[in-house]
Amino acid sequence: MPLSHPSAVLEVANATVRFGEVRALDGVSLAIMPGECIGLVGHNGAGKSTIVAVINGSLSPHQGEIFSDSTRLAPYGIGVARSRGVRCVFQELSLCPNLSIVENTRIMHRNLGGFGWRARVRGIIAASLDAVFPGHGIDVGGPVGALSIAQRQMVEIAMAFSDSGQPPRLVILDEPTSSLDAGLAAQLLAHVRRFVATGGAVILISHMLNEILETASRVVVMKDGKIVAERGAGGFDHAGLVKAMGSAVAHQAAARRSHAATEPVLELSLPKSQPFRACKGEVVGLAGLGGHGQTRMLLAMFDRHSPQWWPRRDPAVTFVAGDRRENGIFDLWSILKNMTVASLGDLSRRGLLQDAAETKRGADWKARIEIRTPDMENPILSLSGGNQQKVLFARALSTRAPVVLMDDPMRGVDVGTKQEVYGMIRAEAEAGRTFVWYSTEMEEMQLCDRVYVFRNGAIVAELVGDAISEQDILRASFEGAAA
Amino acid sequence: MRISTDTLRLAVPVVSLLLLLAGVFYLQPRAMSYTGLNLLFNLAVPIALATIAQMLIMAVNDLDLSMGTFVSFVACVAATYLHDTPLLGAAILLAAIAAYAVMGVIIYLRDLPSIVVTLGMSFVWAGLAVLILPAPGGTAPEWARAAMISKPPLMPMAIVASAVLAVFAHLLIMRSSFGVLIRGVGGNQRSVLRAGWPIVAARAGAYALAATFAVAAGICLVGLTTSADANIALRYTLLSIAGVILGGGEFTGGRISPIGAVIGALTLTLAGSFLSFLRISPDWQIGAQGAILIIVLALRLLLNRLESKGDMA
Repeated sequence: MPLSHPSAVLEVANATVRFGEVRALDGVSLAIMPGECIGLVGHNGAGKSTIVAVINGSLSPHQGEIFSDSTRLAPYGIGVARSRGVRCVFQELSLCPNLSIVENTRIMHRNLGGFGWRARVRGIIAASLDAVFPGHGIDVGGPVGALSIAQRQMVEIAMAFSDSGQPPRLVILDEPTSSLDAGLAAQLLAHVRRFVATGGAVILISHMLNEILETASRVVVMKDGKIVAERGAGGFDHAGLVKAMGSAVAHQAAARRSHAATEPVLELSLPKSQPFRACKGEVVGLAGLGGHGQTRMLLAMFDRHSPQWWPRRDPAVTFVAGDRRENGIFDLWSILKNMTVASLGDLSRRGLLQDAAETKRGADWKARIEIRTPDMENPILSLSGGNQQKVLFARALSTRAPVVLMDDPMRGVDVGTKQEVYGMIRAEAEAGRTFVWYSTEMEEMQLCDRVYVFRNGAIVAELVGDAISEQDILRASFEGAAA
Repeated sequence: MRISTDTLRLAVPVVSLLLLLAGVFYLQPRAMSYTGLNLLFNLAVPIALATIAQMLIMAVNDLDLSMGTFVSFVACVAATYLHDTPLLGAAILLAAIAAYAVMGVIIYLRDLPSIVVTLGMSFVWAGLAVLILPAPGGTAPEWARAAMISKPPLMPMAIVASAVLAVFAHLLIMRSSFGVLIRGVGGNQRSVLRAGWPIVAARAGAYALAATFAVAAGICLVGLTTSADANIALRYTLLSIAGVILGGGEFTGGRISPIGAVIGALTLTLAGSFLSFLRISPDWQIGAQGAILIIVLALRLLLNRLESKGDMA
């Protein structure tokens, strides 16, 4: 096949990848030029992660070729990709939590060995962190395990942009801002623009469409393993992009407004903080910058209301995890087992699990929330990230617990799925369920009846009804921080 | 300033060792001498070496249940072939190390549970040991004997050897690139793979290094006891695991501490002597040793909890 783009940093030509019956990539061609930021969008399962895996060398396509600097690279693999300056920041965090930041950087850069490598690596990663996130306040000698999720993401991004003698030429960012707050995300996108201006190339994958629209110089839309649209910057607006992805235009759902306050079903008082309460049928939001105590409060609430020693007949609370890999899914289990594990008591009789009942419940929920799989017995890891998250929702909603705690559950979920889940949450709340919802996304806070804003581990503001707006939440999150 | 997690992890084994030592000195002041310390600790040297070996296997999220029989096998080889025909003996030991590397490769490539594979191998090592030395006997190589009864100035051999071992293992596993790689495989194998490292080689290296330490353990043991027996080190399997855990290591996640592991091994050895000095009947000693282990581990859990409370504040 002739080269169409002789100067491309990397070009994938006509790549096809099949997973069993599913065509994850169906003849995709993509050339990445120096000095360009490609925004890659599409639904969960559209093939974004697969094309990324092909580009970074961890997956070889069943068909198709890969070129770089006008030469065909065959065989192509992780080592070749890295030597060509391809770096990748993955959607799920992939650092070694037991190692220090310096040691993690050493693992990332194979060429940095030799006596005295610690000092060299320390300089490289510190320089990169300072460049991408000025004022980050992270000690590069410390262990990764002690960092918050946002800080880990920052380290991973800085590692990808760091220059170890093999400068990065193509950096792939897969949902890089999903755990960063607005300020850090802005710093990152500013760095992406600087990097691109100096001739680097970036592939940016994000469900935050405005980030794509603001940063990318070219937007590529994928659907069902194919590239369905491709336009330069300014060729799309928000609605046009959503339409190209093939989902219904995201409408700003009218927020439910609080009805007459009923008896609180959940109360918690935190030290040095306003009290927290949630009533029956209410959707309560927890807002504020990431890592300011929201997750900790959810976990404390779960611990208080769930039995420590002996299972209860009627569960009081259920939990939807945000960090899927860390505390959500059972890697080795099937989709069905992952879904029903929270309600095994309801599905068993005299201590024995009723197979038929379990299968039926799995089929019900598969239809209800459209889990995209041919068979619920498939392993959970065969699903894309968004679909795994749907299974976690099904797990929580299929219990009889009257309270659902949600820890930023929409991380890395596509627009269409989000709308479906919002609808389910509203319906369940109408039916009398209570939701406590931590999210870093402003739009989601506007779906809540009441919002508590967190700062430094304490509730600093309570917003009700029309007072829930982006400005008010931001004001409360930053208030005092400036003083 | 907050105390770092690693320091806290090391604090428990150090404090428990010092407490036990104080108890021993109180009960038996004459142990507070050059000879006394050597007698208290010299059996700890092979245990410490085996503990480091076990720690390397645990660093890559595996567990070696054949440690005891492997050290016994090495002891039998050392007391026979290594003494009579040193070249052949060395070749056998090198082959055994290679076998460990192959075992590590097979466990990774076939995705087998290490517990099952090493349990199976333990019968192989035990069988080989019985074939080599059907009845207790043999003779330790002179150099191993000489090394173990040597009397360095100031500090007895057992203490010097333990300290050297701790420092050496620390440099090798906590400071070198190879050590980072091994611990990285334990912490997050996927990310190591994504950085383009050959996981097979890293795992083979970890297993081979573990076998090397285990071989050293076997030779030291023979140097101390002067002769071998096919069942000489069976206790080492559990002692080595307990030593790693006691020293602040964990079963998964590549969280290990070589210095802690050596101290853990010393603590376990000392616990036995302490109970003898207390005149607890041998019938109860194993139970009492278990009780000491539980107390120390409970102490660590307590500290972990305090630490996470500190995070909350």
